[in-house]
Amino acid sequence: MPDLETFRAETRAWLEANCPAEMRQPIRGESDACWGGRNPSFKSEAQKQWMEVMAARGWTVPDWPKDYGGGGLSAAETKILKQEMARIGARNPLMSFGISMLGPALLKYGNEEQKKRFLREIALGQIRWCQGYSEPGAGSDLASLQTKCEEVFDENGGSHWLVNGQKVWTSYADKADWIFCLVRTDPAAPKHKGISFLLFDMASDGVSTKPILLISGNSPFCETFFDDVKVPKDQLVGELNKGWDVAKYLLGHEREMISGMGLGGQGESLGAALAESLADDPILRADIARFDVDAMAFRAMSERFIDELKAGQAHPAQPSMMKYAGTELNKARHELVMAAGGSNALEWESDRSKEGKAAREWLRTKANSIEGGTSEVQLGIIAKRILELPGA
Amino acid sequence: MPLYLNDDQAMLRDTARSFMAGEGAIRTQLRHWRDKGCVDGFGHALWKQFAEMGFTGILIAEADGGLGLGHVEAGIVLEEIGRNLTPSPFLVSAVAFVEALKGTALRDRWYPGILAGDTVAALAIDEGPKHRPDDIEMRADRSGNGFSLTGRKQFVVQGASADVTLVAAQTDEGLTLFAVGKDAKGLEVEGVRLADSSIGARMTFESVEVDADAVVGDVGGGETVLARALNAGRTGAAAELVGVGAASMEMTVDYLKQRRQFGRLIGEFQALQFRAAHLYSELEIARAATLKAQQLLDEGSEDAEAMVSVAKAKAGRVSQLAVQEGVQMHGGIGMTDEYDIGLYMKRDRVLNELFGDPAYHADRLARMKGY
Repeated sequence: MPDLETFRAETRAWLEANCPAEMRQPIRGESDACWGGRNPSFKSEAQKQWMEVMAARGWTVPDWPKDYGGGGLSAAETKILKQEMARIGARNPLMSFGISMLGPALLKYGNEEQKKRFLREIALGQIRWCQGYSEPGAGSDLASLQTKCEEVFDENGGSHWLVNGQKVWTSYADKADWIFCLVRTDPAAPKHKGISFLLFDMASDGVSTKPILLISGNSPFCETFFDDVKVPKDQLVGELNKGWDVAKYLLGHEREMISGMGLGGQGESLGAALAESLADDPILRADIARFDVDAMAFRAMSERFIDELKAGQAHPAQPSMMKYAGTELNKARHELVMAAGGSNALEWESDRSKEGKAAREWLRTKANSIEGGTSEVQLGIIAKRILELPGA
Repeated sequence: MPLYLNDDQAMLRDTARSFMAGEGAIRTQLRHWRDKGCVDGFGHALWKQFAEMGFTGILIAEADGGLGLGHVEAGIVLEEIGRNLTPSPFLVSAVAFVEALKGTALRDRWYPGILAGDTVAALAIDEGPKHRPDDIEMRADRSGNGFSLTGRKQFVVQGASADVTLVAAQTDEGLTLFAVGKDAKGLEVEGVRLADSSIGARMTFESVEVDADAVVGDVGGGETVLARALNAGRTGAAAELVGVGAASMEMTVDYLKQRRQFGRLIGEFQALQFRAAHLYSELEIARAATLKAQQLLDEGSEDAEAMVSVAKAKAGRVSQLAVQEGVQMHGGIGMTDEYDIGLYMKRDRVLNELFGDPAYHADRLARMKGY
């Protein structure tokens, strides 16, 4: 324990010295986050500096091994780092699907060469990744995906993969450098057994993207098309036709990440943030007080989940529970924010409303319980794998 | 500190689980005493066994002869009590009352009896049908060497069999708590059987004279003492509610795997699966909130008060969901006295009211957060 207290003191001092004041303000939505990438667009010098000093210490991925660009911290140290960052309101230095989704899957299923090649770039924020999972005909029934991947031999005797098909709801495909993608490598096998997990460069010939206009008026998701895309053989992760294992493992991490939305950024009380609007509205105040009970309880659940995960005590299907509860909570939060805002919150384009920030975020959250597996999919997984109900 | 049980705590849970499932089982305790029409509503022999197991000393310091453990450990025992609906004075005597006396001169007077499983203690706070500890009207006026107490209390759990009752009353100096012995003159106790067949009491104090040394802590310093008692009682009740909810859910999920209708197990129906899965999710969250409140109390954190209300409100609402889904999914037999699920529904209702219901605690949280 004294070691941990020393670590806490040192971490606190380092953060105080290195976290720019501007990076101690709450993040205002996904567009305000730092995403890194091959051609990064930083919102400010402070954002760039914060990402770089954290990455240099391995603290963009504090619990990854040092060999792969991580911080090599223990579970207890990682928790202390998070607590100390929260204490001063320090932002997450790097928002990254590489960190939250691909990295954990590579650590488990990647070969040594793939780990060396990709993990450090992720840790340093040099490559921005997107996720090629859903297809027009494969939503909740993800394993029915059809994007075709076949081995094609060259004249000189070598071979490569050739990918053809379409993905949809690809978050930030138009801004991503690389994609981790589920492809069908054996069309004859049962649907779960003919899938492989492939990595490739979005700048490859034959890749094109088309943003989808959503009800929020924004276009974070894209349609992604593959037309005879050539992919080197060594970019397949895990075994051929066993990509579903990788896919499921990664989905667990995606669900963990999405469940974090239930925490709703900084500040633990929604009512405290909206106090002015509640003074003469007792019923709304009561609704929000009940919400705060749920939100603070979920915050404790989130802490418990991470602690249990690190100790290997969490049920393997627990991310489904977290995803379900966290996203339903986040939707409820934004309904209440809209209710408290009244007609002010309805303005869609005014400066007053910061171009309809509240309304657009409210609409964005409706995707939370759809993306990464719907709430209904999660409930089905809980029923089957945790409660072990029959025929589920 | 990680938010799960450490090895020692997990060991205590295993011990408490097998003890309560055996000695404290519904058939041997709750149904037994209920069907006998027992005026105490619990068995004194079991209370002695609690003492032999060391449970009654969990929150008492080692220097005072106890185990010097914390709210997490008390909660472990309470969750098992909740699972088995084990009637006992544990929550009010060994948790709330013991916490109230912590650091006061009255420890020596009352702790030994509780440690031995001889003494039963109760809390007299509520004066109306709802928990309103900020509106206590009962008076305690200086009289001779001590005070004269006049007023009414209700929902005094185990009040009918209590050797000593912690009474909250107003003095000229402000709220003050008194430890009043059962033989006090002018104290009238009406035992009342509640819906869950536990025994509560209505107490009438008619110029009840107590010595100055019956004051717990300082005269006018009742807020602090009451806060200790209520933080412990509320967190403990939350843990018991988690146990009630968990056992109800497990019983119901088992039933879904056995009962056949329309030629299949009813657990195959998605309409029921989703509701069971939602309940599981809620129960996990309630358990985490309760453990968090216990840990914060044990750390002496200033965040504890808010989390105590979160835990009591969340555990209450979730347990309520568990028992309602339990009875509904059991169908007709869920309505019979023969099946246990209805007993859980009754216990849940009582525990939800005890020390403030979810509405009270959501409101309390909102006030603490400044709205």
